Amino acid sequence: MTVVVPACLEEAFEAFDKCPDAQLLAGGTDFMVEVNFALRRPPAVVCLRKVEELKGWRLEGGEVVLGAGITYAELMGPQLGDLVPCLAQASRTVGSPQIRNAGTLGGNLGTASPAGDSLPVLAALDAKIIVASKNGRRSLGFDELIVGPKRTTLGPGEVIVEIRVPAALGSQEFLKVGTRNAMVIAVASVALVVDWAGRSVRCALGSVGPVVIRARDAEKFISSRIDWTGRELTGDDDLAEFTALVRSAARPIDDHRSTADYRRHAVGVCAQRALGRILANHGGGAWEQTSWAS
Amino acid sequence: MGADIVGELIDYQLRVNGHEHDVADGWLGESLLYVLRERLGLPGSKNACEQGECGSCSVLMDGRLVCSCMVLAASAVGAEIVTVEGLSPGYNELSDIQAAFLAEGGVQCGFCTPGFVVSVHDLLEHNPDPTELEVREAVSGNLCRCTGYGRILAAVRAAQETRQG
Amino acid sequence: MSTALDIRRGRIGESAARPDGVPKVRGEFAFSSDLFSEGMLWGHIVRSPYPAAAIRGVDVSEALRIPGVRAALTSDDVPGRKTYGLDYPDQPVFAWDVVRYMGEPVAAVAAVHPETARRAAAAIIVDYAPTEPLTDPVVAADAEPIHPLGNVLHRQRVRTGDPDARGTVVVEGRYETGMQDQAQMGPESGLAIPAEDGGVDLYIATQWLHIDQEQMAACLALPLEKVRLHLAGVGGSFGAREDLSMQVQICLLALRTGRPVKMVYSREESFLGHVHRHPAVMWYRHHADADGRLVKVEARIILDGGAYLSTSTAVTMNAACMAPGPYRVPNAVVEAVAVRTNNPPCGAMRGFGSVQVCFAHEAQMDKLAAALGIDPVELRLRNALKSGDSLITGQTLRGTAPVAEVIRTCAAAPLPAGGPVTATELELPGGAGRTADRDSVRRGVGFAVSIKNLMYGGGFDDYSSARCRLEDGVATITCAAVEVGQGFVTLVQQIAREVLGVVDVVLAPPGTADIGSAGSTSASRQTWMSGGAVQQACLAVRERLLTSIASRHGLAREALEIVEGRIVSLDREVDLPISEAAPGEVLEETAEFHHAPTAELDADGQGDAFVSFAFAAHRAVVDVDLELGLVRVVEIATSQDVGRVLNPVQLVGQLEGGIAQGVGLAVMEEIVLDHGRVRNPSFTDYVIPTALDMPPVHIAALIEEPEPGSPMGAKGAGEPPMISSMAAVVAAIRDATGLELPRAPVRPQDIALARPGQGPVAGSSPITQEVSP
Repeated sequence: MTVVVPACLEEAFEAFDKCPDAQLLAGGTDFMVEVNFALRRPPAVVCLRKVEELKGWRLEGGEVVLGAGITYAELMGPQLGDLVPCLAQASRTVGSPQIRNAGTLGGNLGTASPAGDSLPVLAALDAKIIVASKNGRRSLGFDELIVGPKRTTLGPGEVIVEIRVPAALGSQEFLKVGTRNAMVIAVASVALVVDWAGRSVRCALGSVGPVVIRARDAEKFISSRIDWTGRELTGDDDLAEFTALVRSAARPIDDHRSTADYRRHAVGVCAQRALGRILANHGGGAWEQTSWAS
Repeated sequence: MGADIVGELIDYQLRVNGHEHDVADGWLGESLLYVLRERLGLPGSKNACEQGECGSCSVLMDGRLVCSCMVLAASAVGAEIVTVEGLSPGYNELSDIQAAFLAEGGVQCGFCTPGFVVSVHDLLEHNPDPTELEVREAVSGNLCRCTGYGRILAAVRAAQETRQG
Repeated sequence: MSTALDIRRGRIGESAARPDGVPKVRGEFAFSSDLFSEGMLWGHIVRSPYPAAAIRGVDVSEALRIPGVRAALTSDDVPGRKTYGLDYPDQPVFAWDVVRYMGEPVAAVAAVHPETARRAAAAIIVDYAPTEPLTDPVVAADAEPIHPLGNVLHRQRVRTGDPDARGTVVVEGRYETGMQDQAQMGPESGLAIPAEDGGVDLYIATQWLHIDQEQMAACLALPLEKVRLHLAGVGGSFGAREDLSMQVQICLLALRTGRPVKMVYSREESFLGHVHRHPAVMWYRHHADADGRLVKVEARIILDGGAYLSTSTAVTMNAACMAPGPYRVPNAVVEAVAVRTNNPPCGAMRGFGSVQVCFAHEAQMDKLAAALGIDPVELRLRNALKSGDSLITGQTLRGTAPVAEVIRTCAAAPLPAGGPVTATELELPGGAGRTADRDSVRRGVGFAVSIKNLMYGGGFDDYSSARCRLEDGVATITCAAVEVGQGFVTLVQQIAREVLGVVDVVLAPPGTADIGSAGSTSASRQTWMSGGAVQQACLAVRERLLTSIASRHGLAREALEIVEGRIVSLDREVDLPISEAAPGEVLEETAEFHHAPTAELDADGQGDAFVSFAFAAHRAVVDVDLELGLVRVVEIATSQDVGRVLNPVQLVGQLEGGIAQGVGLAVMEEIVLDHGRVRNPSFTDYVIPTALDMPPVHIAALIEEPEPGSPMGAKGAGEPPMISSMAAVVAAIRDATGLELPRAPVRPQDIALARPGQGPVAGSSPITQEVSP
């Protein structure tokens, strides 16, 4: 067996049985870069593009269930744009139209790059990732799946099949900093969700650590400072304090794309702007967004 | 030649520009771009980066615009693939998009051109009357180093207007 | 829907269609990477991962044992001269004792499949002893030599007037430009076919066939006639193909194996395997009087030439001579030096030394304007060169120099409407990343002017050859001038149609065996030099034809002319189509076109060293997100001194394309080095503008003052668009941010994390050493 294109999960698991060394291929946008540059020489490949169970999406009891094979282009569709807005926003920043037509959500999780564009969104939404093997299915939290840079807890013969996120949860923003307007690896990114009903804020940071970071101290602080009835911040310094807490949660490095100092600065600006935007657009009261002049 | 290649060899069929093509003794890791160019006699798609970062290898796969360098050739079995050669009409004739590229000066060295022809074809099929910003976003995955995109955008506009009018 | 393309229009001045356009849009044009030959092998070069190392040994035995590998070669296998180089052969075909830059070739293999070749290359064992690389150009001249020829590649001094002259106002600064890459889309590639006569035929994308041939013959130990180069389709160039890349290596592999060998660089190899633009560190001091008239310019320029010489000599000369820009400068003390380091070799890239100094001199002019309270455009007008003025090299401008008009027309262009408040989300800095907060976005406007010397100079007797053959009304032109995308092939047809009145013009495939040198496609020279050669050859054929027809009819030669494809006499007694004028006869003429002589520069950089100059102005409008430092270039307006418009649409293409490269260098393009190692040899991390980054270009004016000495009055147009566009964009960012920004490319952190007090100042770091004799 060399390259297999199964039509369903059962066929995929049969292929793994026959060839335990087989490597998984989803959209190809990470896999093929490695093959083309001789960094990866797969003895056998199981290609998932036709597996029925991984396609499409559905609504199920307040959750959006996304097939792992869903592409960024599909995530930008009008319905999903309303149900998971920050995922649609993140998808639009991925690569190019060509990449968006091929790259998949499951693939982004499987690659687990510190700069993966969908990952801060999935972390902020507390996504549940359903993984299947011939032995059955299991559900993993985001932090349970991705444990290090390009490291997941996926075992041999396991395939990500679904990603479950809350439908139309509160107000959402995704911001990504890059040095040009298309085809750019994030230098820093922020996914922010304000759950009005649940009275909590989730803030996930991308490209500023070995994995996506939930800025939990910042989340706890700002959740306690929002007047949930009036939908506004109670104190004048709240936004500044929130921003500082976001920055202290970041663990960025210097590399050829940017510096740790800039990344830390940028992620704070993005978090602050994301929250400010949500409060301005969806908040109540006379919220005036002031510019953060330094 | 087959016996000398190091690595797994496979046989499969691909459907390109409406015809079935046999691939024999292909190395399993070959990209669709490589197979099109080196095995199927279709060198129109180009190899400027082989990383999905330039769009010069753009093809249509089941009606969707993708980078052929990012497709494992053997995994494309069963898909309908259309290359720039498939978008060119009869011998020495030009599609309206191709004619517009020439008339508006959108071709200099020409290395990016096949990728652009495919992308623009895909754009106008899905969005017959795009704004300039929509055009820019639609071709943001196609790099050009010679033209600065000005004449390319003029070409898209011209093709658009021909189709509308 | 299809349209047959009409190719019958197209004389000088018209937007004639490219003769290679149809195959290009259909995907049928054969680029060098598309070539195929039955039984061909694939070549692959083994490259040093270290920027500096001793080589203790190279073991190819493992590689040769891999099935499908047919050859593995090292320096021992180079039969002739083991080095090459455009000016001086200091660069090894394969490194032997020592490697001097990351990516330097050490060996090469040929195998039946490119994957096999890659595995074979990986199996070659090179025993490196890494050493500490020399990577700081500022100290390189005085550091331990990393090459027997020393670390100073070239020094160029220019002194004129009184070195002690002083101005009422003095501004100074230290400026830096980073390493830009040509990033041409077509990777380096070629196909070498061994010939029965023991020689070799090489199908190659390059910039100058004959200089490649010369260098190759010396390395291959073959006479010139046995080294035959044929031009393959070129996917862009911008200077990257001026030096040899794989030419010698694949010919060696082909001659060793007796089979055709093809090699195609990966994008990473392309980044490592060609020269780049010289990074520069520049100290400038400008003196002016109270009215803003320049009194003296002092400049010290250090160019990082990397490991080998390439064209550093000429780049240094250009930088020094163009150091003050397109202005009258009565007193000047300038020194430019190119140094050798273990950084990647630098050489030709569009602009060739003038880009770096333009960044500095335009920043200086803005500082002067601010110090004097004079409008920056007005300041430039007051100092603008005009015909009859002298450069700091003492050369009088005898050609056209419409600098003032270039400045005025560009500055007068209306500013674009709208602004950050009305822009859509995608049009704000940050684009689809949605990072911008409109309150934090500031618009800025910047202006810059440039001068570029056209063609070679310094006493070099540059020439180009072309042959015209007329048979049955069809003209065939043979010329080795390389088409890299600029549209020279179109111009050839336009010239032949104009001179001979024919419609059908065939271009013979360029090769070294068929015609003499046409010189390099660089230095904005081909229109003048090879266009001149083609014109001369066509004129010679026309002369012979008309003379022959005239004598046949007992008329004086002056009685005949060519009108609308017909040979006619004044009284219309003679009136016949060209195709019937000389039935069965072949008229053929070969011409060699030389430009007017130039002189070498003396020890003080004085001399009539240049043939001609072109001037351009650019005005950039940018929106800057002040907190994040992200920049959106909104519009570039430009005026350019072009002499004469020969093909409007192709000319616009040169302007827009050059400006795109200027935008790239201003805000996003840089080869990032870490102790000599290239950190970003890919399109993922060496980012060039996409269609979402490139602004619209507004051409304010194309100034047509025909240049005396130019065969058709036109000036080369390829380089000027690159030069002041970069400086204008950075100037606009300064306007928006109030920061000095002395370095390009400007990175987000340069804006967002600027320390207080990094605002615009009249002087920054002083020039720490006076330029000494």
